[in-house]
Amino acid sequence: MPLLSTHALTARYGDFQALFGVDIALEAGQTLAIIGANGAGKTTLLRAIAGVLASDPGMVMFDGRAIGALTADQVMVQGIAMVPEGRRLFPSLSVEENLLIGGQMRRSAGPWTLQTVYELFPILREKCRAPGTALSGGQQQMVAIGRALMSNPRVLLCDEISLGLAPVVIRDIYAAFPRIQAGGASVIVVEQDIGQALQVASRVYCMMEGRVTLSGAPDGLTREAIHAAYFGAMA
Amino acid sequence: MNWLDTIVQGILLGGLYALFAAGLSLVFGIMRLVNLAHGDLIVLAAYLVLVLTSALGLNPFLAALIAAPIMFGAGWVLQRVVLNRVLGADILPPLLVTFGLSVVIQNALQQGFSADSRRIGAGALETASVDLGPVTVGVMPVLTFASAVAVILALNALFYRTALGRAFRATSDDPATARLMGIRPQAVFAQATGIAMIVVTIAALYLGTRANFDPSIGPARLIYAFEAVIIGGLGSLWGTLAGGVIIGVAQTLGAAVNPEWQILSGHVAFLLVLLVRPRGLFPRAYD
Amino acid sequence: MAHSVTTRTRASSFAAIAALALIALGIALPGFASRGVIQDGFFILTMLVLAQFWNLLAGYGGLVSVGQQAFVGLGAYGLFGAVILWRIDPVPALALSGLFALVVAIPTAFFAFRLAGAYFAIGTWVVAEVVRLSVAQWKALGGGTGTSLPRDAQETMTGVALIEQMFGVRTAAAQDILAYWLALALAVATIGGIYLLLRSKAGLALAAVRDNAEAARAVGVDAGRLKWLVFLTSAFGTGIAGGLIYLQKGRISPDAAFSVTDWTAYVIFIVVIGGIGTIEGPIIGVLVFFALQTLFADYGSSYLMALGLIGIAIMLFAPQGLWGLFSARTGIQLFPIRRRLIQTDRQE
Repeated sequence: MPLLSTHALTARYGDFQALFGVDIALEAGQTLAIIGANGAGKTTLLRAIAGVLASDPGMVMFDGRAIGALTADQVMVQGIAMVPEGRRLFPSLSVEENLLIGGQMRRSAGPWTLQTVYELFPILREKCRAPGTALSGGQQQMVAIGRALMSNPRVLLCDEISLGLAPVVIRDIYAAFPRIQAGGASVIVVEQDIGQALQVASRVYCMMEGRVTLSGAPDGLTREAIHAAYFGAMA
Repeated sequence: MNWLDTIVQGILLGGLYALFAAGLSLVFGIMRLVNLAHGDLIVLAAYLVLVLTSALGLNPFLAALIAAPIMFGAGWVLQRVVLNRVLGADILPPLLVTFGLSVVIQNALQQGFSADSRRIGAGALETASVDLGPVTVGVMPVLTFASAVAVILALNALFYRTALGRAFRATSDDPATARLMGIRPQAVFAQATGIAMIVVTIAALYLGTRANFDPSIGPARLIYAFEAVIIGGLGSLWGTLAGGVIIGVAQTLGAAVNPEWQILSGHVAFLLVLLVRPRGLFPRAYD
Repeated sequence: MAHSVTTRTRASSFAAIAALALIALGIALPGFASRGVIQDGFFILTMLVLAQFWNLLAGYGGLVSVGQQAFVGLGAYGLFGAVILWRIDPVPALALSGLFALVVAIPTAFFAFRLAGAYFAIGTWVVAEVVRLSVAQWKALGGGTGTSLPRDAQETMTGVALIEQMFGVRTAAAQDILAYWLALALAVATIGGIYLLLRSKAGLALAAVRDNAEAARAVGVDAGRLKWLVFLTSAFGTGIAGGLIYLQKGRISPDAAFSVTDWTAYVIFIVVIGGIGTIEGPIIGVLVFFALQTLFADYGSSYLMALGLIGIAIMLFAPQGLWGLFSARTGIQLFPIRRRLIQTDRQE
């Protein structure tokens, strides 16, 4: 049974429907990538899983439980942590405090502590007293990821972590993924940078206009198939 | 006029105003809530302490110790049941609800206790004084100022050294992302208001022992409290103390020139500071 | 095909006719109503004017002020000053009420507009307190204890003698009738003026700024100028109302004229119960307030407590107020501001 799955997931923003019956499945220990153009519904999907957007209980199943109707804080306590789009660090908190607050509401056994997060991203140890927002974009992204890891989540949701970052910085961040995966977390990565997404994931879903248009293992998908699924046929 | 004495009295008075303001600063800083009933809540706490001293024959400090958790509970319930529902981007609903609350508290107190002035007796402490060389100061005013400093130290420790304080600051920055951390903003706000009510009880103790009080004096205390908070700048508790002292000194200086000018001087000082620094003296870097 | 923009609806056309009829009735009222009714009418009309201006400020302008009592008091003291110190007839002196309030409103706005949101609200309150405390130093007009309008000035006001003859009443009653008519004129002018303002381009700009100030600025709306317009207009109108209220009372004191309870708390209550951000709202609100006042004022503080509780309940459960509830259900607007495009004529 998959660790996390969605079943005919729909979501709306007021009158606007953003998801039309999305089915995905995440196995324990797996890394999943969701790709698609802007507005395809990728972030909406993550937010629905994280409980930021409400759905029907059965639309999101986690470890055998229906969590679709839970609020974001309840979902987090269940063991699903999100690295939100745009980093969203707390300006009033230092880097270290941003990390600490990630783990203070859920006591759970696991490899991630302040020390091991500093080992994962050593630059943060130097800057630990600085206000969260005084760092460069890439460093902030590291803090955001570390913050989510601090609760030792079973599922890590990463929303567009490459957004606005230089390629070399993106590479550095993704270089940390093997250690994150080794720590036992199952990961869902939402990305516009298809290259990185295909490298870290063992399964890819492509979305367009609120629907899944393609899914499969990265090496099983041709460029043409991805292109068509990403932009729509006859792009 | 003895300048030194006037200024020292003003500084000590500032301690009282800082106590009025500290609870307000906490709540305003965390949830941008303008609680127009804050002054009336101080008066309510004063009556509570009064009742405990007369009914149980306790000394006022002990009575305040007992009143504090009661006020915590009252604040917690108020926030959970009423104020959490109206918090949002629009400032009007909380303003109006707390305005209504102010009216309700004032009139309920009037029903219960009549409009007569009351005072909380503090025995010998009321008139005790300490000789500091060039000036002589009352023990109660010094205690008041010392309490204000202690409260601010305690609140700062809470804010900057505890997990709860981290939760306060994070929720104040970004409630939605705080949710992603497992924090429930509604619960955080309720705790904040509860803690603010504990500070209110301390303020009430010193208000009630210092001078007569009656159900109608709430709004004036609210204005002094707000002036202190605004002068100090959002998010800075030491700023709130500075604001209180500025108002206190302005008032005593004004009163020394002409007793009728006491309150006016405080307001004028407030307006002058705001003219020059619309966000206060020590505001946070962003808002 | 030609198009034009209109705001007229069927309900509004009907309401316009009804309004004219009501105004005619209002003018004729002194002919058959008792003095008590005239005084009640005066109270309702003046509170309505205050409520409309507070609504213009807060509901349409987004400027939540807790300091309008400053302008009530300034208008009142302006009148008393003009009558007592300059020996001007009270009726024309009302214009000076408005001007006096306006003059103080200018530096107030300059200061207050540096503040936003809650700071603005408290700032206006403090300004009102400063004005109150300062006026209490004005010995020529009674200082802290206040003063009364000279009897002869009141009795020889423009129009009093005429009314005495018209209705065959004594001087005191004639004064009340005169005050009532002035209040009626002020109320009609206020509502008419606000309605016209909101239908004008400035009104459209106001609505845009209230909804989304950034976007409004992006299309060229000058939010700053609009705020000044709304603030000064409200101050001027509130000042005239204040002058009129105290003209009728005949006696003034700083605590009464600058009372935050009478001139802000009740006004806010009226607007909120009726429905903020609509012209119809304050009308409903003042009628409800008057009914509550008449029925329960004898109960003193219980009455005030009840008012407070009602206000809280409305904000919790029906923040759009009574009219807001009705209008949302039925879609009826008596003073419609929403613009619709209609086809005007069919041509070949």
